[in-house]
Amino acid sequence: MTTIFNWSSETECTAEVALGNPSRRDFLKVGGMALGGLTLAFALPGTNRLAQAAVGTFQPNAYLRIATDGQVTVTCGLSEMGQGVHTSIPMLIAEELDADWSSVRVEQAPVDKAFNNPYFKMQATGGSTSIRAHWQPMREAGAAARSMLVAAAAQTWKVPVSECRTESGQVIHGSGKSLAYGDLVTTAAKQDVPAKVVLKDPAQFRLLGRDQHRLDTPPKVDGSAKYGLDVRLPGMLTAVLARSPVPGGKVVSFDASKAKAVPGVRQVLQIPNGVAVLADGYWAARKGRDLLDIKWDAGPLASLSSSTISKMFTDAASKGGALARANGDVSTVKANHSIAATYEAPYLSHSCMEPLNCTASVTADGVEIWAGTQSQGPAQGILSHVAGVAPGKVKINTMYLGGGYGRRFAPDFTIDAVLLAKAAGKPVKLVYTREDDTRAYFYRPAGVTQFSAGFDQAGEPIAFTAKVSSPSLMEASGFMKLPADGVDNFAVEGTRDQPYEFPNLRIEYARAEPGVQIWFWRSVGHSQNAFFVESFIDEMAAAAKADPYQFRRKLLDKEPRHRAVLDLAASAADWGKPLPAGVHRGIAVAESFGSFVAEVVEASVSADGGVKVHRVVCAVDCGHTVNPQIIRRQMESAIIYGMTAALYGKITFKDGRVEQGNFDSYPMVRINEVPRIEVHIMQSSEHPGGVGEPGLPAFAPALGNAIFAATGKRLRQLPLNTSELKRA
Amino acid sequence: MTTITVNGKAVTVTATPDTPVLWVLRDELGMTGTKFGCGMALCGACTVHLNGEPVRSCSLPVSAAAGHKITTIEAMSVTPVGSAVQASWLALDVPQCGYCQSGQIMSASALLAKNRTPSDGDIDQAMAGNICRCGTYNQIRAAIKDAAASMSGRG
Repeated sequence: MTTIFNWSSETECTAEVALGNPSRRDFLKVGGMALGGLTLAFALPGTNRLAQAAVGTFQPNAYLRIATDGQVTVTCGLSEMGQGVHTSIPMLIAEELDADWSSVRVEQAPVDKAFNNPYFKMQATGGSTSIRAHWQPMREAGAAARSMLVAAAAQTWKVPVSECRTESGQVIHGSGKSLAYGDLVTTAAKQDVPAKVVLKDPAQFRLLGRDQHRLDTPPKVDGSAKYGLDVRLPGMLTAVLARSPVPGGKVVSFDASKAKAVPGVRQVLQIPNGVAVLADGYWAARKGRDLLDIKWDAGPLASLSSSTISKMFTDAASKGGALARANGDVSTVKANHSIAATYEAPYLSHSCMEPLNCTASVTADGVEIWAGTQSQGPAQGILSHVAGVAPGKVKINTMYLGGGYGRRFAPDFTIDAVLLAKAAGKPVKLVYTREDDTRAYFYRPAGVTQFSAGFDQAGEPIAFTAKVSSPSLMEASGFMKLPADGVDNFAVEGTRDQPYEFPNLRIEYARAEPGVQIWFWRSVGHSQNAFFVESFIDEMAAAAKADPYQFRRKLLDKEPRHRAVLDLAASAADWGKPLPAGVHRGIAVAESFGSFVAEVVEASVSADGGVKVHRVVCAVDCGHTVNPQIIRRQMESAIIYGMTAALYGKITFKDGRVEQGNFDSYPMVRINEVPRIEVHIMQSSEHPGGVGEPGLPAFAPALGNAIFAATGKRLRQLPLNTSELKRA
Repeated sequence: MTTITVNGKAVTVTATPDTPVLWVLRDELGMTGTKFGCGMALCGACTVHLNGEPVRSCSLPVSAAAGHKITTIEAMSVTPVGSAVQASWLALDVPQCGYCQSGQIMSASALLAKNRTPSDGDIDQAMAGNICRCGTYNQIRAAIKDAAASMSGRG
């Protein structure tokens, strides 16, 4: 396939990539992670290695410090991209610290191994891992600080620590006297860091499990929040880059004379990815870029088209491939009757509201970038390689992300910014136009899955097969390899581990590589596989003449968490009870990222094929909850993100070129289309699951199933081709 | 050289006449609260008020704004409607990534300045030009109604 970038590979190490519930088979050991010299040990709470605390503050570890005025500052290594991590991580610490929540603020961490994500073993935000991975260590960090504050108070009062308790930023003695944390800062800093801490019984939680206001709301309502695009450095130039219109194409020659004539244009530079115009501001750079006359060698993908891509996947799925999972033996099943269907999903762009951008400065002292990035750790290694400096000489300033959804895990935009800054000899802000952003690849993989199912005479399902064809995201990532069994874990997630019990089952993976750079997109493989599986399960229910909810329920006897959310969603949606004329329900359930989600969609279809979504009822079991408001909002967010994908989302190719550009050709769901959304959270004492992504997978199949209920037509492609629903 | 009025202050800018107001605000005046999303008036992230009307600053050449009054997110807190809208946005924790919210607040404030009791249809019409990729639409709707209620309570 075409390689658009290479991750540097200075350090070979092993990474555990968490794909879901750690108790299942979802931890993959994969080799070849490029981390550029970072050590991998997670710095346990208690280490005060990172910073010399300023005089008059108490900083027991890298994650928090307390000032004499009692203000608690949490340093968060995770990127805030809307998922609420700058609130939920401080909540974990504040809970065990018994801090006064109103005195807690948050700041973004630099890149440092102390902030490695324990699931990734590198500093990065993604895979809905933040709470799952930090649930224990961040609480331990808070508990260690609390223990030292108690020891300080006990020492001050000359009483045993056992006579002291804490509440809302104070240590309180049994006699009733109290000391505020701020007054204990100096004494606490002299206490030994405890080797072990005892965490609260969840029944004692005061903050966790209760709605708290987000710490990042105030700057996001007055325009003061700083995103990558808002960075301004003295002497900085703004760059707009002309990239090959075809994946992997190269510049043959270019004429920049018209571009250079634009007032404000300062430099025109060629880098491996294209030709950039650098100017005093965006407008001149953009005008200059559009006036470049470039001769491209389109390369081997010059004739790439969506129809050939689709055929490649369909042919591969028909042939079958590596065995991903088998129960019983589907080849010996004598079915009374059977059904088969082919499903397909397109490439998708993430289309964050903030177009991709990165500001870089390269000097004799090293490299510094300012960017909304989800992958500080890998970026440090990669950019050190790009600039030819030691990893320690790469400083990363993580700004607020104007959306991430996986796209900002990729290093492409940071690499090009560093190359341009190095060549320009000045700080450079590289800005993508909306069209550049849409056409910059790193798409959700397209793919095809072919299903078949067999039933016995009683109508019971006795065989289930799925043949999955899509590219390998593990290989495309640059930091994972396809496992020896030849099965890409992301390509089959949600399909290989589909939860229904069938006596005979066979799942195969047939890799096909059209050559388009693919990437992690909100909910990754689940984003298409849940649509495929849960739509086909619905087809099976119809073939069995069974109610789609009851059909699923019966096959989930051994999956209590799936079944519980299914029951909750069905009950909250009054499944089986009458709806207004023309409105129909569909249901789907999916597990992803350690959480279980069921959704019931109510939709109607007009005579011209127009689909209206009236209501979505979502039930989620994400284990212990941190901030229920954020959980509800993330479910809703993922549902609407999934709704855009279900109704509109597709990146298509013609003559090697992406056919979409701005929001006119790559439309988004808008406020007038949004349904009422209700989110019900299961009470649970399981380890927390993710919440940023798991709301997405069940939406598209629940909608498709509602459309089937309304029209009897089964739509097997994403986006749903509603023109098929027109009644003549 | 073009003279425009931004948040009540007359400023003379050197940007070429075809430069969109968005880039004058961001690159020349250093006011980064107004966001770039699409450059084609398709997403609303760059919404500002021109003489009180919501406009997409990415598609408004500075020459066309000469002599007119531009109001941006940075001045919303000093207007009665803007401050009520911001207070409701805060109370309901509307933003997620937050990038589109300056534009959402500008569109919502323009709506409420003219219509203190907007219906759902009025909200759809006024807000359909503003995309939120995080899908905060239901919270935006609720916050507009909350702001409307708080203003009528005061008034």
